[in-house]
This record gives sequence, structure tokens and C-alpha cells, in this order.
Amino acid sequence: MENTQLFFNFVPWIVFFPVLGLLLNLTIGKKLSENGIGAIAVLASASAFVVAVLQAYSLSIHPEGASILVAEWIHVGDLAIDWTFRVDTLSVTMMLVVSGVGTLIHIYAIGYMHEDVRFHNDEGRFKRFFVFLNLFIAMMMVLVSGDSYMMLFVGWEGVGLCSFLLIGFWYDFDTLGRPSFANSNAAKKAFITNRIGDFGFLLAAFMMFWQFKSTNFDNVFAVVANAEPWVILWITIFILVGVAGKSAQIPLYIWLPDAMAGPTPVSALIHAATMVTAGVYLVTRSAPIFMLSHDAQYIVATVGALTAIFAATIAVGQYDIKKVLAYSTISQLGFMVAAVGMGAFAAGMFHLITHAFFKALLFLSAGSVILGMERGHHHLAHHGHHGGKHDEEVFDPGDMRNMGGLRKQMPVTFWLYMVGTVALAGLFPFAGFWSKDEILADAFLEFPHVYWILTGAAFLTAFYMGRQVWMVFFGKPRHEVAAHAEESPLIMTAPLMVLAALSVFGGALNLPGVHTLTVWLEHTIDIHPGEFNMQVALISTALALFAIFLSWLLYMRKPLTTGQPDPLKRILGFAFTGMENKWFVDEAYKFVFIDRYTDLAKFFAQTVDWDFWHEWFHNSVIAAGFVGLTKFLANPIDLGIVDNISKILARSIQYSSENFRKVQNGFVRSYALSVMLGVVAIIGYLLIK
Amino acid sequence: MIPVNYYLTLSVVLFSMGALGVLIRRNSLVVFMSIELMLNAGNLAFVTFAKMHAANLAAVHNGQIFVFFVMTVAAAEVAVGLALIVLIFRKKQSIDLDQLTHLKG
Amino acid sequence: MNFLLEPLNLVTFFPLLGVLVLLFIKSEAKNTIRWVALGTALVNFGISLWALSMFNSSNPDLQLASQYSWIQVAGWNIQYYLAVDGLSILLVLLTTFLTPIAILSTWTAIEDRVKDFMVFFLMLEVGMLGVFLAQDLFLFYIFWEFTLIPMYFLIGIWGGPNRLYAAVKFFLYTMAGSILMLLAILWLGVNQGTFSVPELVLKGGIPADVQLWLFIAFAAAFAIKVPMWPLHSWLPDAHVEAPTAGSVILAGVLLKMGTYGFLRFNLQLFPEAAVKAAPTIAVLAVIGILYGAAVSYSQKDVKKLVAYSSVSHLGFVMLGMFALNAQGIEGAILQMINHGLSTGALFLMVGMIYEQTHTREIAVYGGLWKITPIYGSLMLIVALSSMGLPGLNGFVGEFTILLGAFGSKAFGTPIYAILSAIGVILAAIYILYMFQKMFLGPVGKIVEEVKHHGHELRDLNAREIITLLPLLVFIFWIGLYPAPFFNLIAPAVDKLLIPFRAILGG
Repeated sequence: MENTQLFFNFVPWIVFFPVLGLLLNLTIGKKLSENGIGAIAVLASASAFVVAVLQAYSLSIHPEGASILVAEWIHVGDLAIDWTFRVDTLSVTMMLVVSGVGTLIHIYAIGYMHEDVRFHNDEGRFKRFFVFLNLFIAMMMVLVSGDSYMMLFVGWEGVGLCSFLLIGFWYDFDTLGRPSFANSNAAKKAFITNRIGDFGFLLAAFMMFWQFKSTNFDNVFAVVANAEPWVILWITIFILVGVAGKSAQIPLYIWLPDAMAGPTPVSALIHAATMVTAGVYLVTRSAPIFMLSHDAQYIVATVGALTAIFAATIAVGQYDIKKVLAYSTISQLGFMVAAVGMGAFAAGMFHLITHAFFKALLFLSAGSVILGMERGHHHLAHHGHHGGKHDEEVFDPGDMRNMGGLRKQMPVTFWLYMVGTVALAGLFPFAGFWSKDEILADAFLEFPHVYWILTGAAFLTAFYMGRQVWMVFFGKPRHEVAAHAEESPLIMTAPLMVLAALSVFGGALNLPGVHTLTVWLEHTIDIHPGEFNMQVALISTALALFAIFLSWLLYMRKPLTTGQPDPLKRILGFAFTGMENKWFVDEAYKFVFIDRYTDLAKFFAQTVDWDFWHEWFHNSVIAAGFVGLTKFLANPIDLGIVDNISKILARSIQYSSENFRKVQNGFVRSYALSVMLGVVAIIGYLLIK
Repeated sequence: MIPVNYYLTLSVVLFSMGALGVLIRRNSLVVFMSIELMLNAGNLAFVTFAKMHAANLAAVHNGQIFVFFVMTVAAAEVAVGLALIVLIFRKKQSIDLDQLTHLKG
Repeated sequence: MNFLLEPLNLVTFFPLLGVLVLLFIKSEAKNTIRWVALGTALVNFGISLWALSMFNSSNPDLQLASQYSWIQVAGWNIQYYLAVDGLSILLVLLTTFLTPIAILSTWTAIEDRVKDFMVFFLMLEVGMLGVFLAQDLFLFYIFWEFTLIPMYFLIGIWGGPNRLYAAVKFFLYTMAGSILMLLAILWLGVNQGTFSVPELVLKGGIPADVQLWLFIAFAAAFAIKVPMWPLHSWLPDAHVEAPTAGSVILAGVLLKMGTYGFLRFNLQLFPEAAVKAAPTIAVLAVIGILYGAAVSYSQKDVKKLVAYSSVSHLGFVMLGMFALNAQGIEGAILQMINHGLSTGALFLMVGMIYEQTHTREIAVYGGLWKITPIYGSLMLIVALSSMGLPGLNGFVGEFTILLGAFGSKAFGTPIYAILSAIGVILAAIYILYMFQKMFLGPVGKIVEEVKHHGHELRDLNAREIITLLPLLVFIFWIGLYPAPFFNLIAPAVDKLLIPFRAILGG
């Protein structure tokens, strides 16, 4: 598929531009102002977007796409992995989303980080943020444009690294700005959980190579149909492990809520819009494999659906504005994974795109809210109490219980947030309605149980979003700070307006009957446009409205007051405690895996390796044994036997000579006598003989 | 012709007297003389046997030559021995053998 | 004179010229001594590059041979025989590459008896190069034992507080293993009539049961050196007590002598036995990988953590080697280089901070990235390389090894690869633990303590950055474009695999 027409040759620049941007910032960033640094980063990301647009244009003329070889990578024996960029409708869709949303978030981040580094008293870190952000774009591009599973894996782990670096961006604090290991713990957790997923990915790749002799997409898909069912099942399960790690599905979703420790643009870009959807992209990319195994589809769809509802229940019980969105993201990812699992690839990709729009919008607006609260806090600290050193009250700017009535202080943010909320809740005619409905309609036909679970999740989605909006923007301020919150500057709100527009009109991408996106993707994967199902649409819309009404009943009719427990607690009791505490999954994991592994490691390190092997076995057995042996040889053997033999010899000679001495009496005549006797004896002997 | 046995008997008697003298007497001069007596007993026996084997010229010569050797040795012995005795006497003012026990182990 | 101008003789013995020069310099002229030693090592690196330029990478056989008959007594045919092929060329380059870097790292760290140190160091280089180049078993054995002596003194004189214990332990363990190897060498030399490795390979024909015994005898020497679990007990002592440069060379090159020995002798000379032993070795390697990773995670001393991580990494090398397919063995050879680079860099960096703080306890650090940003960033790259992030060198080696092990006919089951892949997760755990506790989080109390002693914790200086930079270049180079490296080793590995293809089929 060597197609070098039009702009296909430019595709490597989609990675090189962001890399160039980060290298520029690394080298000359020190001399630039914050705006200069931001401009370079934005330009790098925007250039990538332009490249993506050029690719899309080329594809519209040559929809068969192209593969552009840049260099060979690992060639060993019959293994051949290259740095090859793949341009097809699927990869370009992802490129557009990533670089498009990415660029908007870059712009927003200039404003956000300007304030964030000041709240943390570390302005030097501004540059670092944009270096990481550009690195992320580059890695994400490698992920979506790789022509083989292994090149995809480079991006896959690369974005994991960026996620680690950005979650731990404020690595010396916790989320409330106190010195702590908390943020770096969250970062570490994300990386390690992702590595568990990568383990699955690697095994899938190994299996592919030994079964199909290649990890290249085209080569694998060309022969996969001949593979035995168990091979396909295992490959899909291993891929699913990878997906569960990266796209935060059960049982590996636990890192994503903690990932909110990162600055808000990071949460929006990486942990909502792009990186976490990589799993969805991977399943879509692997469509030819998944299509072959109904079991695999069943498993993936079920995992996705369970994640969707499980995370939604937790989202209902959260108080942190970003945590609600984080669990909502997990839930929505569940929707997408369920969709692609069922084979509704277009629906999954459609939801991926619209979700990128409205979830990025929601996160960034939430960031705006948090910064607004921070400004209020700052304002109070400087103007309120002029007592010089007032004891630093720990204030959580992200806690919804501290908010309330913010629509008056932050009107722009409020309206933007409303657009996002409605889109996420899936109300007609916003983007979320179309994409979510397409998934539900497909589920209704393919896997009824998935349909019912997802409908439940959709209901909860509308409910927790309603709860959030009422708590944050309506009622009266529950904290002094909320009353002094300030609106964000235009550099932050402008990108949000673009995202809001996309959230409103994004549904147009794949309207029923037209199916623009489906047709576009059809060039790459074998899919059929779904049918619009009026019954499904009506049910979900009615449920969403009902959920919003319920949340209005609970949170708006009698708005929360300061310190008041959540009204749901009264109604749901223990169940709500579970939701509040994330069903104690983190605690259970800690108890079952982390603590056990730590204990085991300690046991191996201290008891087995050091005390037993190093000290006891080496010192007591080998060393002491050797010393013992030498002592044995030295004392009983050498002193006892060898030495004694010579001693006994000496003693006996001494003893006998002492006796013989008496003969030497010195009398010449007695000597003569003995000589004489001797002569007589000899002569006698001779005579007798 | 006097039978050979007579010479031999005389030789034995002389030798025994010498031996007894060596063993019994304490005076070193007497012991010395007794040794001479034993040597001369031997000489007598040599000469006797030489005469007895008169037919064999080599035997005659051998026996008689040995006698000369013995006499020479005896002379040398006397020279050394008497010198020793003189020295011992000067040192000890005595030639009593029983007082010379320096070699006692 | 011609003898010395042959490239391999020159590269092996050139450091001795440096030693000779050093002997004529006064001990007080420390800087002159350092420059002479560094110059010698750099020139020697240049010589090895010159040798590389003459090396024909498409030729699978031994090249640049320098062969002289040496000891011919009572039917013994011992030769002086140096030669290089794809199996060893990279290790030779690694040795000549790491030596100047290690010398550079001692610039301010070694102030005591500098001359002796440099003399021993250059002699060590001679021994290591000899080990990788010798093609006569007898000569190999001499070089093998010879490396012990300078290393013994490097640990024993310039080491930490417990140095004598560590030095003696290091010496005795290695010695104990090599005795068995000596017996096997003598058996081969006497019964096969030659000590030359290529001739022995050509001759073959050792009965399978004898092969197994000889295999075990050789393996005893090499397994201790690698070190394979459970013979690793000398390693943490030697690493912790050795001076930084010693640790770098120990981890970077000396351990590779063990894996290289397996490759050159055990695989080439005893193919049948190697196939038979492969599953056993794989079990030990997997245990080593998981055990080393778990034990690393629980260390409180950062140098010990890195030392135990070597047990884990070398487990990968052994696993790949005994997969007995192209991916496994080529990955193993590349991973030897990678481990030399990454772990060498880790030891260098640990040494750099130790020089300032005089403690290796992880708990007293924290937040270093904030105070020493360059150091933190470089450490991050090296740590990521060590845990096998794609795009950096560690991944290329680990991936090819695991891929080879997964489909290995010698193992017959992918289970070893699957279990080892868990080691990749565990590697992330201990490396990130180390990085987090030292570089992230709030600023540790060591910063105050250093201040208390009237110093300020400083970032890396120019010399330290120059020391690390070459390593980083290769970390990226191998990670992104390993083709030149694979091209060097592939033909030789293909040749090595011929008997195994015959035994295992395919």
C-alpha cells in the first residue's frame, strides 16, 4: 500500500512537529516568556492538526490510504517491525480528534497554567508542562498512526509515560497543595496499572507474531481468519487486558480517578478526551480479529457495560467536581468499549469523538471553576484577613460542598458547563444524544443484557450530572470563597466556546440516515450503518429527563446548606456509603494485591535473600562450614593425627635412648666385656650353624 | 714334630689370659699389656696355620704377612696408646681405668 | 612489532602502555595521572572503533584473528589466539566505551592512591578485553582469572566500610566456579587435542552424557558470574562496597563475561546439552527475574536496589539466550549492551549524589527533581530505559527476548515468557518506587543535612553531564534505531543457531 500521492508523505510530521516543539522549548524555553513557550507548544500542536487535515483531504481523494515507511526498527530473524506511518480513515479520525482537541487544550492551558504555577509558587514549572504536553501529542500520534501493533505499543506506553509525568506534575504536593507524596503516588499508580494492561498487550503481540509471523496490521488481518478459535480468543482477551488498563475498564480502572491529581488541562486532554480512548481505538483497529469471535465480543461488551454502570454509581456519590467527571469518563469509556465490543465500531468511534468534545469541555470548565474558587480563596487570603500570618486553612477548591451559586460569579463558565452537561446527559439534539443512542440501538439488537445495563448507566449519568450542576452553580454559596469566585480570562474560555459548539453540533458527524462517519470509516473497517431506533431513543430520553428531575427534587428544591450531608444518604443508606467510598475497591486492592506484594517483597528481600541466603546460608553454612572444615582439619586431623605420629616417634626414641643410656656407664672394661660377649655370641652362632 | 694342637692350645691360653687381663685389671698399663698378649696369641695361631699349610705357598705367605701386619699395628697402637696414657696420667694423676668415665651417657 | 600492530592485540594490550606511563609519574600528580588514564582509555576506544571499521559484519566467522602457537607440551596444543565475531564485537566496544566513562566518573570521587587505582583499572580493561577476544580456552581462562585481581583490589582498597568482606567474597565465589571450568577445559584440551574454540566447535563429537557434565562445569563458572539465581549472594556486597567506577564496570562488563561465556562456550561447544538444559535454565532465569524484581522493591539502599535489579535484568538475558532462536539470542546480546548502558548509568548517577550526601538510603531523599532538575530528568530517562520503555534501549532487548522465549522450541511452552513478562510490571514497580521516593514528593531531609554541613546540594556539573551524555545517546539510539547493532550480531547468531535448528527442527 505504498501510496505517496498528495500529502501522504507529510504524515511523519504529525509526530515531528510536536517533538520539534518540545525540543525548542527544552533548549531555548528558558529565555522565553510564558506566552512564548505557550505559543511554541500551541504552534507545534496546531501544525500537527494541519498535517492531520491535509491527510484527511488526501484521503477524501484516495480513500484507500497509504503506509509511509520512515525507518526500520526491530529486524531480528523473521521478526520485522518498522517505523511505518499508516494513513487511513480510522487513524486520521483519531489524528484529527487528538490534535484538534489537543490544540484547543494547549491554548486553554496557557491561561490555566499561568495561574496554576503561581498558586503553587513555582513558576519555573510552566515550561516543563508544555514540554510534557507536546510529548504527549507526539506519543499519541505515534499510537494512532502506527502501522503495526508494536509501533502502536510505543505510543501506547509513551502516552502512559506522559500520563505519569503529568499526573505527577505537582509531584511534591497533594491535590490540596500540601507537601506530600500523594500526587506522585497517583502518578505511580497510573503507570503501574497501565503496565499491567501493557503486559496483556505484549502477550497479544507475542501470540500474533508466532501465529501470524507479523505484528503488522495488514499482515495479521490477512491471515487471522485461518487461525484456530482458541488463538483468536486468547489474543482478544490479552488485548482486552491492555484495553482495561489504558481505557480504565474493570478491573484496572482504579488509576483514572486518582489521575485527577494532574492539572485540569491534563485531565481533560489525557484522562478524558484522548489517551483513555486509545483502548477503544485499539479494539476498533483490531476489528477483523474481534469480528471472528463471538465469545470475545460478548466478553468485551459485557466488561464495557459493567464498567459503565459501576463507575456511574460511584460518580453519584462523589463530592469532588473532577472526581465526578473522572468516574463519568470511566462510565462513558465503558459505553465505547461495549460498543466496539459488540461490533458497533462506528458507534463506538462516534461516541469517542463526541465524548472528546463534551468531556474536554466539562473538564476544562471544571478547571475554570476550580481556578475561580482559587482566585476567590486568594482574594480572601489577601483582602479578607490582613492579619499577616493567618494559619493556613486547608481549603479544597474542587469540593462541590464548598461551592453553590457559582452561576452568578462565573456566568460564561456556567453556560459552557451547561452545554457539556446536556450533551453528556444525552438530550436531543446535542452530540451525546446521537452517539449514545447509536450505541444503545446496536446493543438492543445484539446483546440485550448490555442494552439494559447501559440504559441504567445512562439514567445514572443524567442524574449525577444534574446533581453536579445543581450543587455547583445553583443555590447559595456554601463557603465564603464561593461567594468571591471570579470568572476566567478569555484565553481559557475561548477554546471552551469552540468545544461547546462542537458539543452542540458534533452529532451532525453521523446523523441517522446520512452516516457520514460510518461511510468514512467503512474504507478501513468492515461495518454497516446502524438503524435509528425510535423506541430506544424515546426510552433513553425519557429516562434522562426523569433522572434530571429526580436530581432537581433532591438537590435543587431544597439546596444543600453548609455541612449538610448528602440527601441521598438518607434514602440509600449503606449503598450510598459504598458509592461515596468507591465501593472500597481501592482498599480491597490495597489489601489483596499491594500489601501482599509489599509483604512478599519484604519477605523475599529480608528473610529469604538477606537473613537466609546471604547471612545464614552464606555466612553460617558456606563460610562457617568452610571455617569448621579447616578447624576440623587443623585440630583433630593435623594436630591430632599427623602431628602425633611424629611426636610418638620422637617420644619412643627418647624413651628407648633413655633406657639405653644406662649401658653407657663409661667403664672401658664393661665395654670390653660387651664386645667380648658379642664376639663369643657371634662365634657361638657360627659354630652352631 | 710337635702336633699343631699344642701351638693352638698355647695360643688359646695366651688369648684367654689377655682377655681376662683386659676385663679384670684396672691399671691401664696392665690392660695394655694384656691386649699385646691377645695380639701375640693371634700371631701364634697365624704362624701355626701357615706352617700347617706348608704345601700351599700362598697360604704360608698370607699367614706370615698377617703376623707382620699385626706386629706393625701393635707397635703403632703402643705408640698412640702410651702417649694417651701419659696424657691421661698428667691430667688425672692416675691411670686407673675406672676413674675414666667421661663417656657416660 | 607486527604482533602489536594487529588490531586485536593492540586494543587488548594498549592499556598496558598507559600503565607503563603511569609508573613514571609521581603519585602526587593526581590530575596528570587522571588525564593519562583517561587518554589511554579514550585512545583505546578509538582503536576499538578502528577494529570495528575493519570488521565485516556480514561475515559470521571469527575475524581479525591473531593466532600464534604458544605452549606445546606433551601433546597439549595451546595457542595465543585472539579473534572477534558478531557475538563479541559489541561487548568489546562496550568495554572500551565504558572504561573512559568510568574513569571520568572517578575524577573527584577517588582522591586516595589515584595512581594505583588507575593502574588497576587499566589492567582490568586488559583482562576484560582478553576475555571477550580469546578464542583459545587456556588463554581465555588466564584472562578470566586475571580480571579478578584488579577488581579484588578496586573493591578491597577503594570500597566502602565492609570492603574486605565483599572483595574476598567476590574473589572466592568466582574462583570456586572457575575451578570446575578449568577441569572441563583441561578435559577438552586433552581429549580433543586442542584448546582452540573454533577447532573444538568444528570437531564436535563429544558424547551427549559427557557434554552434559562439561556443560555443567562451564555453567558453574558462568552462572556465578552472571549471577544467576540462586548464586547471586556475592553481588549485592560487591556492588554496594565497590567504588562507583567499580560498580559501573562490574555491572556493565564483568557480569557480561558470564553471559558471554554461556554464549561462546556452552552454546557453541555443547549444543545437545544446551538444548537439554534450556528448560532448567529458563526456570532459574524466570525465578531470577521475578525474585530480583521483588527483592529490589524492598531495598532501602539505592545501590542495593540497582544491584538486585541486575539479577532481574540478567535473568532476561539468560532466558533469551536459552530460547535458542534468533530473537532470543540476538535480544540477549543486545540486552547485555543495554544493561551495561542503563545500569552503568544508574550506578554513575547514584555515585554522583552519594559523592555529595554520603548516604544511599532512599528514605532520606525526596523531591530531588525540584532541587536538581537536570539530575532528575536524566535519572528519569535512565530509569525508564531500565524498566523497558519503548523508544529507549531496554525495550528493544526485553521485547525481542520475550518474543523469542514465547515461541521458543527449546522451552516448548510460552509459560516462561508469560511469567517473565510479569517481571516487566515488577520492574516498573521498583524503578518507579525508587524514582518517586528520591526525586518526587516533598524535599527530603538530606537537603537540610547537607546544608548543615555547610554545602548546598548542587545539580550535575559539566563533567558529570559529559560522563552521562554518551550513555544517553546510546540509550536513545538503540531504542529508536537498533538496526546497526542487530546487523553486527545477526550473521554470527545465525551461524550459532545451525546446530540448534538441526536438533529442534525448523
